[in-house]
Amino acid sequence: MPQIISSVSGRGIPVRGNDIDTDRIIPARFLRCVTFDGLGEHAFEDDRLQLKALGKLHSFDNASYVGARLLVANANFGCGSSREHAPQAIARWGVQAIIAVSYSEIFHGNCVAMGLPAVRVSQADSEAIQSAIEADPQIALNLDLNTMQVTVGTKSFPCHLGEGQRKQFLTGQWDALGELVDGLPQVRTAAAKLPYMTAFA
Amino acid sequence: MSRNTLFDKVWDHHAVRTLPSGQTQLYIGLHMIHEVTSPQAFAWLRERKLQVAFPERAVATVDHIVPTEDQARPYADGLAEDMMQAIERNCREFGIRLYQPGSGKQGVVHIVAPEQGLTQPGMTVACGDSHTATHGAFGAIAFGIGTSQVRDVLATQTLSMGRMKVRRIQVEGRLKPGVYAKDLILHILRVLSAKGGVGYAYEFNGPGIHALSMEERMTICNMAIEGGARCGYINPDQVTVDYLRGREYAPTGKAFDTAAAWWLSMASSADAEYDDVKTFDASTIAPTVTWGISPDQGVGVGESIPAKETFAEGERPGIQEAYDYMGFKPGQPIAGTRIDVAFIGSCTNGRISDLREAAKVLQAHGGTVPASVKAFVVPGSEAVKKAAEAEGLHLIFRKHGFEWREAGCSMCLAMNPDKLTGKQISMSTSNRNFKGRQGSPEGRTLLASPAMVAIAALEGKVADIRNVLK
Repeated sequence: MPQIISSVSGRGIPVRGNDIDTDRIIPARFLRCVTFDGLGEHAFEDDRLQLKALGKLHSFDNASYVGARLLVANANFGCGSSREHAPQAIARWGVQAIIAVSYSEIFHGNCVAMGLPAVRVSQADSEAIQSAIEADPQIALNLDLNTMQVTVGTKSFPCHLGEGQRKQFLTGQWDALGELVDGLPQVRTAAAKLPYMTAFA
Repeated sequence: MSRNTLFDKVWDHHAVRTLPSGQTQLYIGLHMIHEVTSPQAFAWLRERKLQVAFPERAVATVDHIVPTEDQARPYADGLAEDMMQAIERNCREFGIRLYQPGSGKQGVVHIVAPEQGLTQPGMTVACGDSHTATHGAFGAIAFGIGTSQVRDVLATQTLSMGRMKVRRIQVEGRLKPGVYAKDLILHILRVLSAKGGVGYAYEFNGPGIHALSMEERMTICNMAIEGGARCGYINPDQVTVDYLRGREYAPTGKAFDTAAAWWLSMASSADAEYDDVKTFDASTIAPTVTWGISPDQGVGVGESIPAKETFAEGERPGIQEAYDYMGFKPGQPIAGTRIDVAFIGSCTNGRISDLREAAKVLQAHGGTVPASVKAFVVPGSEAVKKAAEAEGLHLIFRKHGFEWREAGCSMCLAMNPDKLTGKQISMSTSNRNFKGRQGSPEGRTLLASPAMVAIAALEGKVADIRNVLK
């Protein structure tokens, strides 16, 4: 069943830093599995342990952010490995949308395919939103895919998403499989025209 | 927008239709599957009662979790054994060929497909692995995908994708002795950054690129993803055609000539237009080593770890994080850094030419790996291992103190028993120096060429290969 996703509201959780790779989001040892179940509790596990050892607290261990739904990150979030386990872990922890300056494209494609809107904001806005959440973890956030605005308390920030992907969420077609299967007859016709499928197969 | 590049030609050939969302339904000519990112995709197919649309366009192997010492089944790691059994069952039930350990064709998926001749110019290639970019070396457009998209390709042989911009990376000049494809790509990453390629396909072009062998080209394209580019490619030329001739899945006889003509016709045209061009000079590049926690944090072996002030202000917190994690100080020379582990292998540098270069260094130097260093070679595939043993390379490695292992991904990402412990420093021919990447949450990785890893293994520290080769 298509599920339309036009907005996500709730509290936010900041994860600061550029180039946060998917090995940090979910270390490879947790990929030894045949389902995505149970990944949520291991999100950012090694970063969390290392901060704990230094007497600091990672956002994912901070009680103020328990129940948050919008993760706010900076540039090139989710770079590195293609593992869908990374956005799956974040989603299974409870995140329903991501706001960041930029994403690795594979990570972003995974988010769309899972029905997890991941929008872009400017570097300055990402930091302003993170600061607002740190100052008041209860502050209300709303991501509206119709107006492409992120509201944080009384402030509003413009956000971006490819038009095709925005449509996928607004029409409930973020899971592309249905559409792709509908096109199978055309796929077979197109494939038959490829030289490597015929002329020199 | 780019026009008449190989990317544009391949995209247009494989575009089935525009989806209602505006995305393109793109046909995938070759789908490669491995044990880590596929089990959930097959489970979803069963849930939705779907079949694999084009099983003959898919090939599977096992690489990430495979032990490189004792491969007897069941594996000592029960979770790894479960994953093996899952891919065996999935391939059997859905009619997909699987290259198992012992078949002679198993290995790192990005090494196996080219050596079998499955990867060909002008194709689209997808795999649930970010290093799928490797296959671009043949003039294929090759994407890493996630598990939901693995499901999509299994069910339809297509993906819902948006078009990318195309950046031409023009490499003038030739690499100097002791400087390899790995150094060139590490240098390009250093200049263009880990995120500079987001939104782009990278076309590597110019005399510095076309002078490279196919295996070297694979090293270059393999790491396009580390620069943020989802795919990287090199236009097919005579080197490409010669590599493919005689491979198991390459066309034969007259069909090969037909194929070769089509392959070459897919190269970017003389009048091609690009969204962007960046130029490099290969002759000025030194052997390069990473010092930080991102593959773009590299320096020439004669340089010191750069000061924070040399980076843009927004990058400085990340640079500080890298100093802290690595335990290095700015201004400290990278040469002389003590290492604990030397790893030669991976989809970046686990091919026969990589092993030959490393073995050549061991012989030129003549030393033995000191007791303080654990050094090991993991051939990228069973075919690479066999070829290396036929040349006696394994004997050279063993003589100089390296362990000689079975094929797999091994300590590139440490999903098998090969792992760093504690804060060990590894010098590695792999592709990522991310925090915790090589199996210890505090482990540290220096990325470099096989020759540089070989010399570091013997010296117990980072050293300049050019001092040995002269």
